[in-house]
Parts: sequence; C-alpha cells; structure tokens
Amino acid sequence: MIRIKKIGIPRALLYYYYYPLWYEFFTRLGCEVVLSPETNKAILDQGIKSTLSEVCLPVKVYFGHVAYLAGRVDYLFVPRITRVEAKEYICPKFMGIPDMLKARINKLPPLIDTTVDAGKEGNPVQCWVDCLRDAGNSLTTDRKLIEDALEAALEAQQFFWKRLNSGLMLPDAIKGIAIPEIPVNSANKPLRIGLIGHPYNVYDPFISMNLIKKLQQLGAVVVTPESLQADEIEKEAASLPKRMFWTLGKRMVGSAFRFFSSQKLDGVIYLTSFGCGPEALVEELVARTAKHQNIPLMMLTIDEHTGEAGINTRLEAFTEMIVWRLKYANHIPPYGESVHCR
Amino acid sequence: MRITYPHMGNLYIVVRALLVSLGLEVVLLPQTSRRTVELGVRYSPEFACFPFKLNLGNYLEAHEKGADTILMAGGVGPCRFGYYAQVQQQILSDLGVNMEMVVLEPPDVSFQEVKDKIRYLIGTLSWWQVIKAIRFAWCKARAIDEVEGRLLYLRPRVEDPLRLEKLYREALQEIDGAGDRRTVQGVVVDYQQKTGKLKKQQKKPLRIGLVGEIFTVLEPFANYEMEKRLGLLGVEVNRSIWLSAWINEHLFGGLLRVKYECAHDKELASPYLNSFVGGHGVETVGCTVGFARRDYDGVIQLAPLTCMPEIVAHSVFPALAKDYDIPLLTFYLDEHSGEAGIQTRLEAFLDLAAARSRKKEEQMSGSVFRN
Repeated sequence: MIRIKKIGIPRALLYYYYYPLWYEFFTRLGCEVVLSPETNKAILDQGIKSTLSEVCLPVKVYFGHVAYLAGRVDYLFVPRITRVEAKEYICPKFMGIPDMLKARINKLPPLIDTTVDAGKEGNPVQCWVDCLRDAGNSLTTDRKLIEDALEAALEAQQFFWKRLNSGLMLPDAIKGIAIPEIPVNSANKPLRIGLIGHPYNVYDPFISMNLIKKLQQLGAVVVTPESLQADEIEKEAASLPKRMFWTLGKRMVGSAFRFFSSQKLDGVIYLTSFGCGPEALVEELVARTAKHQNIPLMMLTIDEHTGEAGINTRLEAFTEMIVWRLKYANHIPPYGESVHCR
Repeated sequence: MRITYPHMGNLYIVVRALLVSLGLEVVLLPQTSRRTVELGVRYSPEFACFPFKLNLGNYLEAHEKGADTILMAGGVGPCRFGYYAQVQQQILSDLGVNMEMVVLEPPDVSFQEVKDKIRYLIGTLSWWQVIKAIRFAWCKARAIDEVEGRLLYLRPRVEDPLRLEKLYREALQEIDGAGDRRTVQGVVVDYQQKTGKLKKQQKKPLRIGLVGEIFTVLEPFANYEMEKRLGLLGVEVNRSIWLSAWINEHLFGGLLRVKYECAHDKELASPYLNSFVGGHGVETVGCTVGFARRDYDGVIQLAPLTCMPEIVAHSVFPALAKDYDIPLLTFYLDEHSGEAGIQTRLEAFLDLAAARSRKKEEQMSGSVFRN
C-alpha cells in the first residue's frame, strides 16, 4: 500500500494570501495537507528561540510554525517568493526564507522550496503556476495529474478572491463560512474603522491580539484592504511620485489612499510589526498624507513583547476621540499632533 | 544651481571631482557629525535605517550652507534604498525646506530618463567632456582605494599609527585638491614612499574581514570607526566592498578590470544563500566564505539596524560557521550604539579569535613534528 505523503504548510505569512491555492493543489495531487494550528504562545516561543532577535514578528512566528510541523510531516512547502508581480519585490526575508530555515532549524523534513518569480514580464497567476508545477514534479511523475491539480487550484484561488471582494473577512473566506453578525453594542450608527496591515499580522489573532474583535466590541465596523478591488489599489498607488515596487507596500499605500479618498471611514488604524523594512518608509508616506488630509490615523507597532493592556487603552482612546469628533463636529488630531495645537 | 549630495565615506572626493569638472557649483557638506545625526533622527521615520537618517541630516546641513539641489541615487529592488529619495523629498517639503532632488535611477528602468537628468545637470556640455570628467573622477576613486588599502595593511604593523593616520589624511586632502590625473598619481606615489619609511613592528597581526551593507562599511561615522578601532587593536582589516570596485560593477557594468581580494566571492554564497536578496546580502555571505577560505582569523558583519538583506545573511551564518569554524560577529548600528559596548565586544571577539589562531598554529606545528 502506498502511504499518503503529508505536506506541511505553516499557518503564517503568505498562507493568508494563497492557502486555497496550495491546499487544493496538494490535495488534488493525492497528498495530505497538514496545516499548523493557530499561532499560540508555544509556537511563538519556539520561533523566537530558533531565529535571530532582529527579524520581524511574523517571520519569528513562521519559524515557530515550521518547527511545529518539522517532526509531523514528510515534506514542508516553503516557497522562495521573489516577485509575485512583474518588476515588484516582496521583501528580502521572503526570498531567503528556505535558506534561513535550513541554517537555523535542525531535523527539517525535505523542503519544497520552489521559486515564485514573476520576473520582468510575468503575471501574478503564471508565477504560481510555474512554482507549483516544479513542486508537483518533485512529488509525482504524472504530468496530467499535475495539470489537473493546477487547474483546480487556480479555480479555488479565484473563488477565494471573489469571496474576499464580496466583503467577507479573510478568515471566513478561507474557511468558507457565511458572514457572521457583526456585534454592535451601541444603538447609534457604528463607527467605521479602516484597518490597514499585512494580512499575516491582521488576521493572526495571536499576533494582532484579536484586534478586529476588539474593535468590533468597541462598536466599530472594521474594513480591511481585502475588501478592495486590485485595480482600485493599483490606481491609488499610481499617484505616488515613483512607482511603488514592493507588492505588499503597494497594497498598503494604495488601500490607505483609497480609504482616505472614499471618505466613508471615520478613522484608520495602521498595524505594523517592529522591524518591518519596507513598512518603515511606506507608513511614513501614509502618515504624512493622513496629516495633510486631516484624517484620524493611529499607528500600532507590534512585536513579541507588546502588552495587551496598552493596546486596549489606545484603541479605546482612539475610538472615543473619533466619537467626540463626530459628536462635536470638532477637530481630532491626525497622527503626530496633540489635541490642543489647533 | 548649488548642488550637494549625501556623504558615504570618501565618496565625496570622487563625486566632487566629477561635478566640478562638469562645471557645477558644489556645496561641500560638513563631515557627518553628532549634529547631523540629531537633525536626521528628529525628522526621519523612527524605523528607517541609519543611512536614511544620516542622509536627511546631511541635506539639512547642506541647506544651511546654501545648497538648493540634491543629487541622489535611486534603484528598484527589495532593499529600501530605492525609495529613500521620494520619502526624503516629502519630508523636506513638509518641513518647508525648498530643495530640488535630482534622483538618478538605474538605466534598467529607463535609459532616456537618466540621459535627460544628466543633460539637465550639465546644460550644454558635450558628452566628450562628460566622459573626461568621469575618467578624472574614476582616477581619484582608484587613488583613494589605494591609499586606504595601504592604511589598513600598515596600521597594525607600524610603531606609530597616529603618524600613519596623519599621512593618510594629508594624502586624502591632496587627492581632493588635485586638479589633474598626474597630480593624483603623484600624491599616491609620494604617500607610498612616506609610509614605507615608517618604523615597523615585528609581529604578525590578526587578519579580520569586514563585510556587510555598503554604507555602514564605507562610512566611518556610521560604523563608529570600526577599521581604526581594529587597526589600533593590532588587526589587519580587509573589507568586502571597495569604492572603485563598486563603481565599476554598478555604474560601469563591470567594464573595467579592477583587482581586489573579494572580486569573485559572490559566487561562494551558494549553498548557504541560494537567491539574490537585495542590498548586499549575497555579497556578505559570499565574502564571509571567501575570507574563511583564505584563512582569515575572523569576520565582522556591519549592518544598519533592521536592514533586511543583512538580517537574511546573518540568519544563515550558523550553517556557515559550522562548516568553516570561523569566528563571526555582527554589529547592528544605529544612532543609539554606545561606543564602550562596541569596544568591549570587539576586544572580547579578538581575544577569542587570537586564541583560536594560536591553537590552530600549535596543532599545525604539532602535526609537523609527528610526521
């Protein structure tokens, strides 16, 4: 009897963008996909232990997930992601992650570390097709099976994207369940807060300390960049003086500008992780634009030390100030200015 | 147009030679100082890397001196440097500092744009004059590297390193002031003769390789004068990045043949790092392997805090150290680095490296006996 191969997928980083694609592909190939559990303290601790202190929180968490899976699967799927859109990069850490893992974690199962590179002319779908085809070739010799699996996987991914655009929150879209009722604890019109940040920070309840739920409990409706169309983001980001050549940075800037210009939101929260490279410059552009346009913006920077009480207090203060502003039709300072300076 | 440009080690001499021969009025920045850092840090994003902050400090100081145009490089890649200029421009304009920024983007984005920008800078000058200016600047770059290389070699070997340092400073000044290529070459020959006459010590210095991100390696202010510190502790330093080699590789597309020790080390990065990661990540790993293979006593990596390519390079070090058994030390630098801490870490590192080198020598002589 042939034993079914187990493929481990860490529930971190680009899992939040591409899991349906990966899951469908490997399942169709006849493998069993093993997903690591939601991030918890043990996983984070393991991650911190096995990596450098200088890397950012989401990468530490990724290491934790890999370490968790290491003894439990036959292969680990950790693609080397260079470019998912033509002429645009992600982040050096995504490009070096298979090498970093090999150097730092002992007793790793064989890694499937095929490269995703859209190069100078590729497109966001083709680069994944190439990567997965390579991955498939290392698992099976059945070409037909690989092509069929690819087709199904792309379909699953398209379906996932469609669900996101229809307004589903990402975790629900991944799981494939219906929209939950948004708990609103006040009779008034709820606040609408835009929440910008990388999905692997925003939707990991452990990393973000349940930020979305916290906001909802404070009576706010949370809107995330995932509800925006790709071309909307593209259009807004094009207003920058130089083409933004980081895919994730572009998403952040584009959706922030979209949130600002749509005028439908009462405030925006920008969640970043400490030590995130591109973000250091991107958030500066966003913060300055918010200031020019007089839009309430709060920057939340997180790392493995963040105290939950501090976050709670800041969220409460932020939402309360927005309520005051709406109520008294007065001015609320955007990021970087005190209440009394105007 | 009163033009200026940010500091990076001795690059200012090269760029000044170029711009002055192009007939531009150059505002020379004051040397990067504590004040530069304070100005830069005050207005920069908190998590931007150290070079960004120093650049911004440089601009503000240049503005005080009356500069109105900034010459800056750009780029497209995973490293943050590519977007420096745009954010810096935004910060300056929000501050009400009116300075125009001329950003030279690499030709692979669009060659016409580079041509237009250069044309904008040089006015009606002919391209032949531009080529002459580049040749003159290149000659100075070579001269600087020669002078620096000799300084690094001699510092642990001479009895009076301060006298050597003085000769080096003088040579730099003369190169900066030289008006033609013959004078530049004359300065180098003169410097070599003078330093050759200095009294030498009879001991074998430790050899340490310096790798890392280009700005922190080349700018003594950013790396807290790492080379000098090491030299005074009796260490011969060699580095992975030399100005002329870098100019040749990145601006001339490797057209010229520049000899230097780490020229082909980049290829040694695989199997430890199998992909380009932006910045100098691959070079850092490759040159570390290169230094290890050439039997250096240790390698020190320099990087600005939160520098992504260098973090990736640093992350793969354990695999490399296991294979080559070479002491490695990494410094992440920013405006908060304390000098005493750096000095202590260096001394401890060198003690260990020296002990290891002694042990190795004993083993080797032992094996000679047995045979």
